[in-house]
Amino acid sequence: MDAQEIIARRVAQELKPGNLVNLGIGIPTLVANYVSPDLKVFFQSENGLIGTGPIPEQGLAHPLLTDAGGRPISALPGASTFDSAMSFALIRGGHVDVTVLGGLQVDAGGHLANWMIPGKMVPGMGGAMDLVAGAKRVIVAMQHAAKGKSKIVKQCNLPLTSSRAVSLVVTDLAVIGFPDGKAALIETAPGVSVGEVMAVTEAELVVGDSVPEMKI
Amino acid sequence: MRAVSVEEAVAMIPTGASLMVGGFMGVGTPERLLDELVRQKKSNLTIISNDAATPGKGVGKLFDATLVSRLTATHIGLNPKAQQQMLTNQVAVDLIPQGTFAERIRAGGSGLGGVLTPTGVGTLVAEGKRQIEVDGKPYLLETALRAQFALVHAFLADYLGNLSYALTSRNFNPVMAMAADTVIVTAEHIVPVGVIAPDHVMTPAPLVDYLITNSNG
Repeated sequence: MDAQEIIARRVAQELKPGNLVNLGIGIPTLVANYVSPDLKVFFQSENGLIGTGPIPEQGLAHPLLTDAGGRPISALPGASTFDSAMSFALIRGGHVDVTVLGGLQVDAGGHLANWMIPGKMVPGMGGAMDLVAGAKRVIVAMQHAAKGKSKIVKQCNLPLTSSRAVSLVVTDLAVIGFPDGKAALIETAPGVSVGEVMAVTEAELVVGDSVPEMKI
Repeated sequence: MRAVSVEEAVAMIPTGASLMVGGFMGVGTPERLLDELVRQKKSNLTIISNDAATPGKGVGKLFDATLVSRLTATHIGLNPKAQQQMLTNQVAVDLIPQGTFAERIRAGGSGLGGVLTPTGVGTLVAEGKRQIEVDGKPYLLETALRAQFALVHAFLADYLGNLSYALTSRNFNPVMAMAADTVIVTAEHIVPVGVIAPDHVMTPAPLVDYLITNSNG
């Protein structure tokens, strides 16, 4: 199982029956592959759709039915469409149960930075700031480290996405939560020891007596 | 509402005008109006649009032709030309959160001075803005946004100007149709009055100033 699959499978376990869920681009998009249709989870696309379905077969795409990247998607039975003010009222208004977003950094207090690298990458925040401000639960799905550097840091030195802390971080090595506002190691990935996680994590992690392995 | 050709409609837009343009990554964008803006070389435009689409598509065409001097958007990461024009200061770009973008436009069309949103509190977005506490929770005051023209793309328009939209091409079109002095609409289909049932009208006819006639009829 590769790193992305570990992350996506573990995040999928967080989704409950009937949840309204918004998936960001990158690893978060993969989460949908591991959610059983029996769970009846509703996926929202921020450009105005609840009930997103898979990419349509060749020749069946509709030019006016797209995801937030402008790519063709399908709509499942029971889907609904709406304008952007409604879409973001759902997001900001606490109607979205879970959002899963990618991350550049998460710090020891649960603050996320994921929208710009000053001087290098200034694409705009799109819907990320509203999602972190308003979704009931915010889950960050990202690699634990990039180019050997921990992405779980003491304090973000990249611009924050929100002053609100995220609920959970799932990486290829660990699940990290923020009870009492402090980063805590909740699970390790299969075959990864607590010591190995600590060695590649810049932020201090609260570690309980026994840390279970992810069951994926 | 008056039915006009695309050439007549764009001739009414002066150089240096502010335009809201509907669409999300070019989906739900009035392409014929953008093509005509390029043909008539309307330059120095202020564009208010969710994104910069991609080169050759949607508002991306205006960046291809370097007609834009100011842009208010939420994301331009998929248009390298728009990014380049921002980095070389050819275009002054204001990037704002997407929910805030929608609500500022909605406020502009609804007689509101602005909205209070928790989005952006404690981030770079809060710089220079008033923070207001309501029931102990901090919000940013985000002011209303309007433009001289809204360029809107509908799925159906009837002879009076009632509009309905299809699937994900609705996006910012209905809120923009409320927030500009002059509203110009293209539609995939122009249909007799009554085809769009009253319950299915998403933009009522009195909001529409000009409907672009279809070339085939």
